[in-house]
Amino acid sequence: MAFSETSNNSATTFPKDLPRISGAEAVIRSLLAEGVETLFGYPGGAIISVYDALYDYRDRLNHILVRHEQCAVHAAQGYARATGRTGVCMVTSGPGATNTVTGLADAMLDSTPIVLITGQVSSSILGTDAFQEINFIEITNSVSKWNCQVKRAEDIPEAIARAFYIASSGRPGPVVVDITKDAQTGLLDFEYNPMKFIRSYMPENDIDDTSIIEAARLINLARKPMALIGQGVILGGAEKELLDFINKSGIPATSTLMGLSALPSDHPQYVGMMGMHGNYAPNIKNRDCDLLIAIGMRFDERATGKPENFGINAKIIHMEIDPAEVNKLIYADVAVMGDVKKTLPLLTEKIAKKEHTAWIDEFRTCANIERENVIEPAIERRGENLRMGEVVDAVSQQFDDAIIVTDVGQQQMFASRYFNFKRSRSIITSGGLGTMGYGLPAAIGAKIGMPEREVCLFVGDGGLQMTSQELGTMYQSEVGVKIVLMNNGYLGMVRQWQELFYDRRYSFTELVNPDFELLAKANHLQYRYVDKHEDLDDAVKEMRNAKGAFLLEVRVQKEENVFPMVPAGQPLENIRLE
Amino acid sequence: MNKEFIITVFSENKVGLLSQITTVFTHRNVNIESLTVSESAIEGVHKYTIMVCNEEDKVANLVKQIEKKVDVLKAFCYTPSEVVMQQIALYKVKRGRNVEELVRRHNVRILDIHDDYIVLEKTGHKEEIDELYQMLSPYGLYQFVCSGLVAIIKSRTELMNEYMQHVEERRRKAMK
Repeated sequence: MAFSETSNNSATTFPKDLPRISGAEAVIRSLLAEGVETLFGYPGGAIISVYDALYDYRDRLNHILVRHEQCAVHAAQGYARATGRTGVCMVTSGPGATNTVTGLADAMLDSTPIVLITGQVSSSILGTDAFQEINFIEITNSVSKWNCQVKRAEDIPEAIARAFYIASSGRPGPVVVDITKDAQTGLLDFEYNPMKFIRSYMPENDIDDTSIIEAARLINLARKPMALIGQGVILGGAEKELLDFINKSGIPATSTLMGLSALPSDHPQYVGMMGMHGNYAPNIKNRDCDLLIAIGMRFDERATGKPENFGINAKIIHMEIDPAEVNKLIYADVAVMGDVKKTLPLLTEKIAKKEHTAWIDEFRTCANIERENVIEPAIERRGENLRMGEVVDAVSQQFDDAIIVTDVGQQQMFASRYFNFKRSRSIITSGGLGTMGYGLPAAIGAKIGMPEREVCLFVGDGGLQMTSQELGTMYQSEVGVKIVLMNNGYLGMVRQWQELFYDRRYSFTELVNPDFELLAKANHLQYRYVDKHEDLDDAVKEMRNAKGAFLLEVRVQKEENVFPMVPAGQPLENIRLE
Repeated sequence: MNKEFIITVFSENKVGLLSQITTVFTHRNVNIESLTVSESAIEGVHKYTIMVCNEEDKVANLVKQIEKKVDVLKAFCYTPSEVVMQQIALYKVKRGRNVEELVRRHNVRILDIHDDYIVLEKTGHKEEIDELYQMLSPYGLYQFVCSGLVAIIKSRTELMNEYMQHVEERRRKAMK
C-alpha cells in the first residue's frame, strides 16, 4: 500500500511498514477520525491503557474529568443536545460502567446520540468474576440502541465506526463499546473507514409518496387541525422545514417538552406546550381538533394524558422515523415514515396555503384565560415570597438567547413554561426518564459544546444535591455555567402530588439543606442569595454580567404548585387551572 | 382476545442477541410459549422461531420492537394457519404389550430399546404430542421431553430471500 498522492487525509491510512499501534491508541485515533473534539470521562484500571494513549493527544482531544460516571453521560448528553453532534464518554469497567446506566437510560428515552466506551477485564478472564468485572453488555441491553464487546485490537476501529454510525443515524440513541484490556494493549495496523451501511440496520425507511398525498389530503380538508412538534424536528435539523410547513398551512402548533424551541415561542401560530403541565389552550382544545399532525414525536403519556381520549374527534397523521413508534400508543390514520427533514418539504409542497384565523382565535381565548388565571399571578412580583414563575420570567428577560438547562421537577416545568425560546436547541431537559441530577452535568456539557452561548441552569435544592460533586468539574475545567438554584426546602413536585392527591401527607419530601453559599465557595463559584422581589432583577443582572460560573440561590416560597395540571392518567381536557 | 402467533426473526450471529430479543418480551410482560434458535438457510444468518399467545396489536408492536434491534435483519409474524409447524417429543416408557400397540397406531418411531424401557420419538403438533403423553402415562412414563416448534411458511418462496435482495440494493446505494 502506498500513500495516495492526492490524499490529504493520510491520518486514516497507513502503509503496512509503519509501526503498528496499540488498540488503546486506535481508540483515540478512531475518535479523531470521527471528528470528536471533546469527551467526558473518568479513568480506572480497565481503561488505563486508553487514558495512557490519550496523554499524547491532549492537544487534540479535550477530555473533561467528571466526578462521577453518571455525569460523564449526562454531560455528553448536554453536549450532544446543544451542538447536534454525538456526545462521547469513556469510563472504566465494573462500577465505572454501572454508574453510567442512568445516563444511558436517559439518553435512550430522549433519543440522544451518545457513544460510551467502557474498559473491560482481559478476555482471558471474562466470566470469572474478576476484579471490577461486570457483564456490561447484558446490563445495557435495554438501555442502549446498540452495544458490543471488542476482544481483539484489530476490531476496534470498525466497532467504533459502527458505534458512531448507529448512535447518530435514524432515531439517535446511546451506544456502548466495551473493550477488553487485552484488546487495548494488543497491536494492529490502523485503518479507519467511517461506517455507511450495516445490512441488519435500516436507519430510515424509503419515503412512501402515497402517505404524503394522503396526509396532504387530510390537511387540506381539515377545519380544526393542530400540529404537534416533537424533538424529531430538532434531531433532524428540520426547523426551517417546520417553519415553512407551519407558515403555509396556517395551522396552530403546540410542542412537546422535548420539542420546545424548534419553533420560536413568539411565532403567531405557536399555542404553547402540550401535556401534563403544558398550556391550557393546546390541552383543552385537543378534543375539538379534527386533525392532529404529530411531527417527530412519540405520544409519551405525559404529553397525551389518557390515550383513549387523546384526539378523540381527530384523525391522526404521524410523521415519524422509528417504525416501532407508529401505532404503539396512538393509532395513526396516516403514518408518514421517514426523517421529517425530508418528509415535511414534500408535504408542504402538496398542501394548500391557508389561514385558520378563527380557529387560532379560539386558542387565543383559552390562552387569555390561562394568562389571567395562571401566568399573570405566577410571574407577578407580589406576595411575601419569591416564586418560581417570576424567577424564570426575570431570567428569561435578561438571558434571552441562552441555552436553558433544567433539572427535573417543579423548576423544570416553570422553566419550560415561562422561558421564551428564540432559536432551536435552547432547552436541554430530561424528558423521558425524568432524571433528577441531570441538570448540572448536562449544563456543563452544553457550555463546553457551545462556549459562545450563555448556559443557564434551573435546578432545585433536591436535584442539585444529587450531582453537586460536579461543581468540582466546573471549577477544574473552567466551565462558566450560570446556576439558578430554586431553593424551597422541599422535593417540590412530589410535595405537590402529596398535597393534591395524598391528603397533604408530606412523606419525606422536606429537605434540611446544607449552606449553599459555603458549597459555592468551596467550589470557587461566585454566589449571590436573593429572597426579595425588589432584588431579583439586580441579582439576575449580576449573574448575567459575571464572568465564569455563578450560583444564584433564590429562596422561593416553600409551597407552590405548578399549574395548569392534567392529573396523571386523565384526559387532557381535565386540565386544572388551580 | 389472545391468539397464537408465530414470530420468525432473522438476525446476525451476535453474542447476546438472544437475550436482547427475550428482553423485548419481558419488558412488555409477554410470555414466550416456545422458542427455537438455529442457523437459517442463509449463511451467517440465525433464525429464531417464537410462539406467543397474546393480543394481535400487542404482538404487532412487539415484532416492530424486535426488528428495531440493530443486529436483527427482519422479523415476520404469522398466524398458525399461515405456516406448517412441528415439534418433536421423546418419551421414555416402560416396555409392555400395550405400549407396542400404541407405537404402531400413532406412527411413533422407536429410537432405543432396553430390557425394561423403550425410547419413542413423536413429531407433530403440540396436541398430538400431548395426546400420546396422556395415552402412555398409565403404562409407566419414566421421562418426557419436548422441543420448541419449528415452522415453515406456506407461500412458495422464503420472504427472507426477497428481503436479502432488497438489503443488497440498499448496500449498493449506500456505498455509491
